[in-house]
Amino acid sequence: MSNHSISVTVNGFKEYLDVPSNMTLLEMLREKLALTGTKNGCAAGECGACTVLVDGEPLNSCMMLAVEANGYEVTTVEGLARPETGQSTEDQLSPLQEAFVEHNAVQCGFCTPGMLISAHALLKRNPHPSEEEIREALVGNLCRCTGYLRIIGAVQAAAKDAPETGTGILKGDVK
Amino acid sequence: MLARPGLPSFDYVAAGTPGEVIRLLEKHGEAARLLMGGTDLFVRMRDGFICPQVVVDVKHLPGMRDILYDERVGLTVGAAVTMNQVARHPDVQAHYPLLAEAANSVASYQLRNRATIGGNLCNGSPAADIGPAALVLEARFVLHGPDPSTGSGQCGEREVEAGEFFLGPGQTALQASEFMTAIRFPVPPAGSAGRYVKLGRNKAGDLSIAGVAVFGFPDGTAPSGYRFRIGLASIAPVVLRPLEAEEVLATSPPGDETFTLAAEKAMEAATPIDDVRASAAYRKAMVRALTLRGLWDVWERMG
Repeated sequence: MSNHSISVTVNGFKEYLDVPSNMTLLEMLREKLALTGTKNGCAAGECGACTVLVDGEPLNSCMMLAVEANGYEVTTVEGLARPETGQSTEDQLSPLQEAFVEHNAVQCGFCTPGMLISAHALLKRNPHPSEEEIREALVGNLCRCTGYLRIIGAVQAAAKDAPETGTGILKGDVK
Repeated sequence: MLARPGLPSFDYVAAGTPGEVIRLLEKHGEAARLLMGGTDLFVRMRDGFICPQVVVDVKHLPGMRDILYDERVGLTVGAAVTMNQVARHPDVQAHYPLLAEAANSVASYQLRNRATIGGNLCNGSPAADIGPAALVLEARFVLHGPDPSTGSGQCGEREVEAGEFFLGPGQTALQASEFMTAIRFPVPPAGSAGRYVKLGRNKAGDLSIAGVAVFGFPDGTAPSGYRFRIGLASIAPVVLRPLEAEEVLATSPPGDETFTLAAEKAMEAATPIDDVRASAAYRKAMVRALTLRGLWDVWERMG
């Protein structure tokens, strides 16, 4: 099996790595770079727990080889709030991450990194998504805990000029 | 079922020229596989169904990622263009909205950033969502392979019509050491409209229980004044056009009676199987329902 020398920019840092042909981007992030926020859920491209941004577009990192990422920019959940340091701390969460916390959109948390990446990309390309558009954007991110409503509500809240009057999916929700 | 993140070992090669691809395929035969989006290849490798020794990445060959529209020639889509790229391209949306609709119906947003139009077709699945669209838009597929007239190592090109490409489940007209480089869609007839109706077990981009593409346009040479083309997925060993249904629509005046009869004929052309997603009987019934819905939607869109 061949090895490849690649350079990938991850969360703003340029990384130089040697990867075997059969290593996936997911394995590279978790095992070579200790970025364990991105999860392995199904290894089949169906659950979205491994979702990362590659050049700004979300994709399943279990369905991409590490060697294919050569020359690209990768953003993981660790890079959402502080891309320049790759550190995400409690007082440095992005508005989207804040919304997830405030709206109780996290239970076990396993789907959360993937959800955040997909939602982050959605709001970049569509700052005012309808509920339908949010649901469609998150089709590839499965959650076994929450029933999705609070996740959708968190995305609505984080959308630009989020309505003050609570006309989102969590209308009438008690805070 | 255990999650198996690890892929079996293989050598990865990023091909630079079509000739290089063909030489690798000729050298390794069945031990080589082409990589586009990998959304099917990796799943099958992890499940142990295929164990290539060499994986040849063809995505970066010249033209494979291009979309070109010319109002006299039509649309040319590189085989490695992703579903999202197809669906959001302004020329596709403007002139081939049916193709955009079909591309957008595949799986999830993440997978649509990897799954390619060429991969979807070359996989030869009877459920391929691009299949019905390619059939009704009468696409032609550009294949590169060894050129018999100039000897080994030289690259030749041929075109195959969509209608002649799908031979069986997972079987296409691709010959040994051949691969698809582009898909050509002719200029659509004036006044045409299309619709892709996809039924899955859920709204989450599942593989289809039945997929129906309907494409209609005014045509003075048809007794009814209109021609309709219908493409069906997941209801037979291959994606297909129910020609008797199309004949009904070309000869009888458009309306309730004709559309209902055409939907019946489409259902008769379907020979589905029972599988984990649906029974054969349900699939047949859905062909009729979805064809009818598609015909009315297209009729309305044609104005």
